[in-house]
Amino acid sequence: MNIRRFNWHIWAGFLLSIIAFVSYVLFFVNFPITRDVPWANLILFMIAAWLLFVGIRRAFAPDRSRLAKIGSSVLAVLGVVLIGFFIFMTFIMARWLPASEGAPRVGNRAPDFTLPDANGKTTSLAELLATPINVSSTAKPRGVLLVFYRGYW
Amino acid sequence: MAISVDGSEVNHDMLAKAGYTFTFLSDPNAEVIRRYDLLHAGAGASGQDISRPAEFLLDANGVVRWVNLTENYWVRARPEQILEASRLLQ
Repeated sequence: MNIRRFNWHIWAGFLLSIIAFVSYVLFFVNFPITRDVPWANLILFMIAAWLLFVGIRRAFAPDRSRLAKIGSSVLAVLGVVLIGFFIFMTFIMARWLPASEGAPRVGNRAPDFTLPDANGKTTSLAELLATPINVSSTAKPRGVLLVFYRGYW
Repeated sequence: MAISVDGSEVNHDMLAKAGYTFTFLSDPNAEVIRRYDLLHAGAGASGQDISRPAEFLLDANGVVRWVNLTENYWVRARPEQILEASRLLQ
């Protein structure tokens, strides 16, 4: 293949759309500033979309083969599907959460519970509220932060 | 302290890997998660019942002083939000 004929725009656009997708889950999600609103990934997707657009225009030039037209179209469609799925995943699917109307509210007493800790030792909320934070002090903690995780590490 | 549906051993390995030292409790049958009305049915990677993300700040009497129930599971309470809320305990 002649290097000048190689449609790098379409390939770069396709690869960048994959990178834009994967980099959110593997990297940008670790930082609140790029996680809460995925602007860094949306910028990458915009560049990817522009590359795909330029690639498609080049592939549909009169001197290009039918294979180039079909191949480029497939890559462009896959790239656009990735962009669409990313937006769906971060803006729509992520909001499918239960209403949790029965969750304790400000002013309610948090229901007590007893569960095993990471060493298998049974621990209750009442104990955590009563146990000094470190061995050198006898003061009770001022409170407890209770964090529920989705889990499945 | 934290709660998830993972077993104690999974939590043990995760804490060691991440270097966390806070208490991490295991609620494999989602009993406490249900009692707190946080169950997200079928939302695990293979359709397991898991907890929705949620953070509660309790005072020394176990009374809720601050709650964060996110509307988007990619968005969690930031450390500075929790530090700000912890002033309520002083």
